Amino acid sequence: MENLIEIGSLHYYLAMIWFVLWGVLWIVYFILDGFDLGVGSLMPFLAKNEVEKRTILNSTGPFWDGNEVWLIAAGGVTFAAFPYAYAQMFSGLYTALMLLLFTLIVRGVSFEFRSKVEHDGWKKLWDTAHAVCSFLPALLLGVAFGNIFQGIPLNEVGFSQAGLFGLLNPYGLAGGVLFVVIFLMHGALWLTIRTTGDLHERAERTAIRLWPVVVVLTVLFLAFTAVNTKLFNNYMVYPILFVILLMPVAGLVLMRVYLGAKKYWMAWGASCLYIGGTALFGIIGIFPAIIPSNPNPANSLTIMNSASSELTLEIMLGVAIIFVPLVIGYQFWAYKTFATPIEEHDLHY
Amino acid sequence: MDVLMLSRLQFAAATMFHFIFVPLTLGLSILIAFMETKYVRTGDEVYLKMAKFWGKIFLVNFALGVVTGITLEFQFGTNWSRYSAYVGDIFGSLLAIEATAAFFLESTFIGVWHFGWKKLSPKAHATVAWLVAGASNLSAIWILIANGFMQDPTGYVIRNGRAELTDFVAVITNKWAWLEFFHMIPAALCLAGFFLMGVSAWHLIRKSEVHFFQKSFNIGVTVALVFSIVTAVEGHIHGNNMALKQPAKLAAMESHWETQTNAPMYLLVVPGEDGNHVEALPIPGALSFLAYNDFNAEVKGLNDIPKEDRPPIKITFLAFRTMVGIGSLMPAIALLGWVMRNKLDKIPLYLKILPYCIPLPYIAIWAGWTLAEVGRQPWIVYGLMRTSDAVSPVGAGEVTFSFVLMCALYTLLGAAGIWLMIKLAKKGPEDHSPIQV
Repeated sequence: MENLIEIGSLHYYLAMIWFVLWGVLWIVYFILDGFDLGVGSLMPFLAKNEVEKRTILNSTGPFWDGNEVWLIAAGGVTFAAFPYAYAQMFSGLYTALMLLLFTLIVRGVSFEFRSKVEHDGWKKLWDTAHAVCSFLPALLLGVAFGNIFQGIPLNEVGFSQAGLFGLLNPYGLAGGVLFVVIFLMHGALWLTIRTTGDLHERAERTAIRLWPVVVVLTVLFLAFTAVNTKLFNNYMVYPILFVILLMPVAGLVLMRVYLGAKKYWMAWGASCLYIGGTALFGIIGIFPAIIPSNPNPANSLTIMNSASSELTLEIMLGVAIIFVPLVIGYQFWAYKTFATPIEEHDLHY
Repeated sequence: MDVLMLSRLQFAAATMFHFIFVPLTLGLSILIAFMETKYVRTGDEVYLKMAKFWGKIFLVNFALGVVTGITLEFQFGTNWSRYSAYVGDIFGSLLAIEATAAFFLESTFIGVWHFGWKKLSPKAHATVAWLVAGASNLSAIWILIANGFMQDPTGYVIRNGRAELTDFVAVITNKWAWLEFFHMIPAALCLAGFFLMGVSAWHLIRKSEVHFFQKSFNIGVTVALVFSIVTAVEGHIHGNNMALKQPAKLAAMESHWETQTNAPMYLLVVPGEDGNHVEALPIPGALSFLAYNDFNAEVKGLNDIPKEDRPPIKITFLAFRTMVGIGSLMPAIALLGWVMRNKLDKIPLYLKILPYCIPLPYIAIWAGWTLAEVGRQPWIVYGLMRTSDAVSPVGAGEVTFSFVLMCALYTLLGAAGIWLMIKLAKKGPEDHSPIQV
């Protein structure tokens, strides 16, 4: 792959900014869709009756659609800012991505379908589909990003030689498991905010039990990362970067502290900090690659060889500066308006 | 089958399935916002009931439209990676802008709309309905600008072995894209009008909720009449531009072989691979006039277009005839309903037939897109990149697996979704409808 960018030019700085924005989009996506995927995966274990099932679905109902758009935006920005990386990443991870899409499709319609028909079998079908198709995207996203952190076997034209089963290597699977557990924790904390009574107690107990699991898996995953990937290389060159690790660590500690103090919003916020910090740690680790190549780093798809033209990056930046704050603003408003504890009478409107 | 054909089929299936739901979303979202506004202005409860009833059907339709749209964005990368690499500089940014400027708005506020009946004032709720409608149609603008680039590329230069953006204004003011937009949105409104008419007629025959469905029918029939005519007239202008830019598409859709002035249009044609088997009932000069608004204009024939540059003739031809045929029928159906709108009990047969007319605008829209996309072949970006050069170097096995899985999944979900919409439509409105999740 040849370089498209001259170091130190405006083009170069624009591409750097877009790398950061690209990372931010994925981080926001994990934080937001993370809790509704987690809530969906927890549903069969937490809901004891129809009212509780509906409460759980309603806890994410107003938000899941707006959350999922962050995935579309992250995909779209990969396409717009780093088209070569997009082309190779999406075709290289072909089957894994298709499975991710199919599960998200089933999950999306299950929200809308389940309660439209008063029939137990119908509801059970969609409840099962909802749970399975919340769990699988969490796993698949973890596997995909685990492999990206580790590096994907790319040939000299940047095309992946992995295939679906090549992605299911130990480190990729470890990434999958970590994502699932993190999202379960994130979802349980969300439920503590939005539920009352028995269901609330159960959600809280689940979060308290999950916490040590998250801590242990985080430490194990970091150790695995250190021995198995080149993710720490950038940190060895600039040790100051290790400060970033304070984010997930602080998030982990605060999560438990606030949970103990029954400050549920703060606990969920700490979980956001933890997820954001963890993802940021990985994204800074792969810099300047978007898709690092492993074993041959020369074949990596990087900022330098994958970026769009200067003009495209400029226009996109203008769009981002105008619209991203707007999006954050109205989504924040939607959360403020709807993220209140659900009472039974709220299930009818 | 090779990867190219499989990928083309997969993309066709994904877009066509997506487009069972998109037009109704575009059209009905505007009508629902209008109903809510009427409620706020007049205080008449029937409009609130309307917004809730049609809104319920809308939500099922919307969910299927959204989730199938994700597949499309990702498919450019999965199945058409060489296309993505070659034109991503332009095409990718349009999709990214669509997500950032429109789709976020649409998806955030559909949740607010759905769950906000109690939490928001009627005025605020109506505003949210307009936001959803506006954002949906804004999405369409960006998607059609992206498609416009594939149909008539502009504002780029070939540099660094790819198409790079040089003139963003040229890309977003692409005439083709805007002609498409003003053809598509009226078509979507016409479809929503027919949807309201069909469902309302079904209830009016059965004398259920007569006041409610009479009012719904009147909205539907007015919208259907106005916009079926607008769509047809605008389609003609769109056709003029197409004749200039894509002569091969024009020749294929008319199965027109000999380059000639004063070219006729044959009412009866059976197209073959090297000429027509049957040509009968000519209207002299009609083709020249349709293409260039001039009975004596010269129209290029397929014989002067190399075989490797011709689109599939039979499909393109059939798609065009289907679109125009249904497009001519719909204003007539709507006009009859509009004239008789206050005396519908006098024409029970008309009411009985109307529910079966709901598929008509759907078929016309599919045919229109088939004409646009199949008629563009063998190019993925007209004159710039061939479809055969655009496909991903993935294995046929992987594509087959995902294609079969996708078709199975889509068939199941589509059937369930359409069944659900029919069920909700037949159930009719409830006075205090609890909207459940």
